[in-house]
Formats: sequence, C-alpha cells, structure tokens
Amino acid sequence: MTLIEARGLAVRHGALSVLRDVDIAVEAGEIVTILGPNGSGKSTLVRALIGLEPAAAGAVVRRPGLRIGYVPQRLQIDPVLPLTVRRFLSLPRRVGDAEAAAALERTGVGGLGARQMSVLSGGQQQRVLLARALLGRPEILILDEPTQGLDQIGEAAFYRLLEEVRQESGAAVLMVSHDLHVVMSTSDRVICLNGHVCCEGTPKVVSAAPEYRALFGHGTGGALALYRHEHDHDHDHGEGPHHHHHHHDHAHEVEDA
Amino acid sequence: MPDDFLIRAALAGIGLMLAAGPLGAFVVWRRMAYMGDATAHAAVLGVALALATELPVAFGTGVVALAMALAVAGLSGRGRTADTALGVLAHSALALGLVAVSFLKGVRVDLSAYLFGDVLSVTRGDLVWIWGGAATVLALLAWRWNRLLTATVNEELAQAAGLDPRREKLVLTLALALVVAVAIKIVGALLVAAMLIIPAASARAFARTPEAMAAWAVGLGIVAVLGGLWASLGFDTPAGPSIVAAAAAIFCLSLIPGRSAR
Repeated sequence: MTLIEARGLAVRHGALSVLRDVDIAVEAGEIVTILGPNGSGKSTLVRALIGLEPAAAGAVVRRPGLRIGYVPQRLQIDPVLPLTVRRFLSLPRRVGDAEAAAALERTGVGGLGARQMSVLSGGQQQRVLLARALLGRPEILILDEPTQGLDQIGEAAFYRLLEEVRQESGAAVLMVSHDLHVVMSTSDRVICLNGHVCCEGTPKVVSAAPEYRALFGHGTGGALALYRHEHDHDHDHGEGPHHHHHHHDHAHEVEDA
Repeated sequence: MPDDFLIRAALAGIGLMLAAGPLGAFVVWRRMAYMGDATAHAAVLGVALALATELPVAFGTGVVALAMALAVAGLSGRGRTADTALGVLAHSALALGLVAVSFLKGVRVDLSAYLFGDVLSVTRGDLVWIWGGAATVLALLAWRWNRLLTATVNEELAQAAGLDPRREKLVLTLALALVVAVAIKIVGALLVAAMLIIPAASARAFARTPEAMAAWAVGLGIVAVLGGLWASLGFDTPAGPSIVAAAAAIFCLSLIPGRSAR
C-alpha cells in the first residue's frame, strides 16, 4: 500500500529549479533513505512531501488521512522560552502524562520530562523529537537528517532505535542522509537525489550504480584512497568493532567492483 | 480608603496587564519587541486622525495600530530589509502623528497625555473599554494558545501538524493592536511596549513553562502598576512613567542570580 508519493514533482525557489521530475513512493512499513550531496534538494523534497513547499509542477499524493510523524533537522529553542520536554510533547495536541512518559522511555530519554528543551544535547533532542512524532501514532515517520550533529556512535544508536520503532509500530520511515554507509544496514531502499532521482534500489545496488559513483565519486581512485585512509584512521584509533567492520566491507566492495 | 480616581487607575492598570502579560510573553519569545514599539508609535497618528474625524480616540489608535502591525508583519516576512523598514515606518508614523496634531485647529490637545498616558484621569467609560479590550485579547490568546505556542516554538513543526503559522502571527498582530489601543490612555504610546516587554522579560527568571511565564508576567506587571501608582502619589511623579520605572526595578530584581528556575 502506497502511503505517500511524489509524481513528476518539481519545486522552484524563485528562478532556481531545486527539484524536477521527481517520482518516488513510500510503501507501508518500509525504510527509505533519500541520499544526496549538499544542495541536491533532499530537504526540499521532504518539505514538499509534508506540504511545506508548494509544487511548481507535478503533485504530492498522500493516502487520505495519513498520519505523518515529522522530525525536523534541528530545533533551535530560544532559552528565553521556558519549555520543559513534557510540555513540548503536548504541542500542539495535548497528551496524557503516562503516554508522554512511555514515549520518552521508548526513545531512550525517560526521565528527561522535567528538563528544559533549550539545554538538551543534540542526541537527546533528536530522541525527544522522535518521541513527540511517535505520540501521534504515525503510519510514516519523516526525518530530515536526523543524526546531524551526533557522533558516529550516537548515529548508529539512533538508526538502531528507528529500526526497532519500525518493527514495533509498523510505521514506514522516510529519512534523509548524506552518507550511504551509515544508513546501509538500516535502509530497505535508497533513493539517490541530485535535483532529480539519479538512481534507486537496495543499498547494495545503489552503492554499485554508476550514477551513485558519479555523484559521490567513490568509484574514482582518489576517493577510494580517501576511503582507505578513513578506514585506516578508524582502525588506528580503535573505534567500535561494528564501525570498523562496516568501513571494511564498503572498501572491499568498491575494490571488487 | 483611597480616592476613586486611584481605584480606577489601579483597575485600569490591572486590566491592561491581564492582556499585556501573556501577549508580552509572545512578543519576547518571538523577538517582536521592535514590532510592539512600531505599533505603539503609530498609535499617535491614530490619535490625530481620531481627533480630526471626531471618532473615539481608542478606535483611531486601534485602527492605525492594526494597519501598522500588518504593514510591519508583511515587510518582516520578506527578510533582510525588515529592520530598516520597521525603523522607517515607526518613526515616520510618530512624526506624521505629531505634525497632524498640530494642524488640528481649535482642538486643544494635551499631547503628552497620549505620549505618556494619563492613568489618573481614567473614567468609568475608559474602564469598560480597557477591560473589554483586555478580555477580548485574553480570550483570543486562550482560545488559540497551543497553536500559537507551537508556531512560536517552530514554524515547520506547526505546519507539519496542519497549522498555518501565518494565521497565528496574524492573531498576535491583531492582539497587539488591541492592547496598544487599550494601553495608550494608561502608559501612553511611548511606554506601551515597555509594559508588554519588561514584565514578560522579568517573568522568565521564575518560570519553567510558557504558561507559568505568562502568569508571572501578569503578576509582576500588576505589582509594577500598583507600585508605580503608589510612587507617583508619594513623590508627585507622572503616573505612566512611574509604572514603567517600577517594572524596570522589578526586572533588575529578577536578574539577581539564584532565582533562575531552569
């Protein structure tokens, strides 16, 4: 069942064409990642799907009555606005205390209810935003670069949490990332975007696609060297085994191809 | 037993703060301080127009303040020139108002009453207008409270939840114009913005939630009104500025460290 889709979508900012001919669809229960370099229109696409950007051509079609849980990139809460986490969860729809506590517990920030929003760390804030999105019992979660500002360990933990949430609630997940290897294990499908959809498929297929290589340059010798360097670097500093393994796999694939 | 005029003055000030407290909190949260200023300055032009057309002064100030607030809101939506546009609009409106008043032949206008307020001459009729206006603003804010707050926290989140941030901004703009029209008699055009911003800014130190901050703003504002009136009587100082000075003193107290309820 298709929850949300873009059909021939184009978005312009003034004279600038940000997106053109974008056809994407998200089915119930799947995790889809939109991948693209800076300025490729990833955030614009997400905003258009939610209805924050008008379509210059084409259309966004949502299943009637679709419940969307939106997690923005980063929330700047001015310290002049006193706002506890608990109060924030009741915006704009008021929720009960038990429900709010359960949502915070689920996203791993139980006990932060009385904390001020403006003093949360980046990781805590993302989890609070996710908790708020979950309170609306979404059929699809839409996240715009949810792990920006998190370190790699925090990033991995956040993606694991997303996968758990998907399994428990059955909600589809549509998210934006700029980095394939961190979302590789989590995503069912990857959409490569650079003003238009360049390529689409499972993470493995996309990472081998020439369009993807062209966009991210991972197929060239220079980038490969850079990748190996990263790999060595990680190894030297003895970061988590999962991470190391991951890099290794990726470099290996590129070499094979 | 205090004199009748003093009771009326106190009631007028309390009525004003019931609306100005919560609205002032939004003005502070949304960084609209200068917009409050601009709206208040424009009210002087409203006074002149009202006197010229023999309409009620409160009506004239309300209409011009609203027009001003809409103009400012429209301009500030366009980004970088908003700050300059505000400065141009605010001071032009004030100057135009002062010039227009001087053209009014045969009308002896005590302009300082509109610039600095004349709370001690508030009549029963004024009280009805002030409390009616304040109740309207308060009802408007209470009705849309959660929506206004969501749009203030983050416009994208509000939009994603199906709200229209521009509509919420318009509600605040309307409320602002009404409060200015109500307050011009009490503290005057030049000091209206002060009673919006200073009590709300002082309230931040005592509040952990938005609702608490709005309530504290009302409470601290009322203390400032009563304190200012008392000082005005005791030291024979002008009432409007005395009220604002009392609010400023409270703000200084709120800065004392250790009170912050973070």
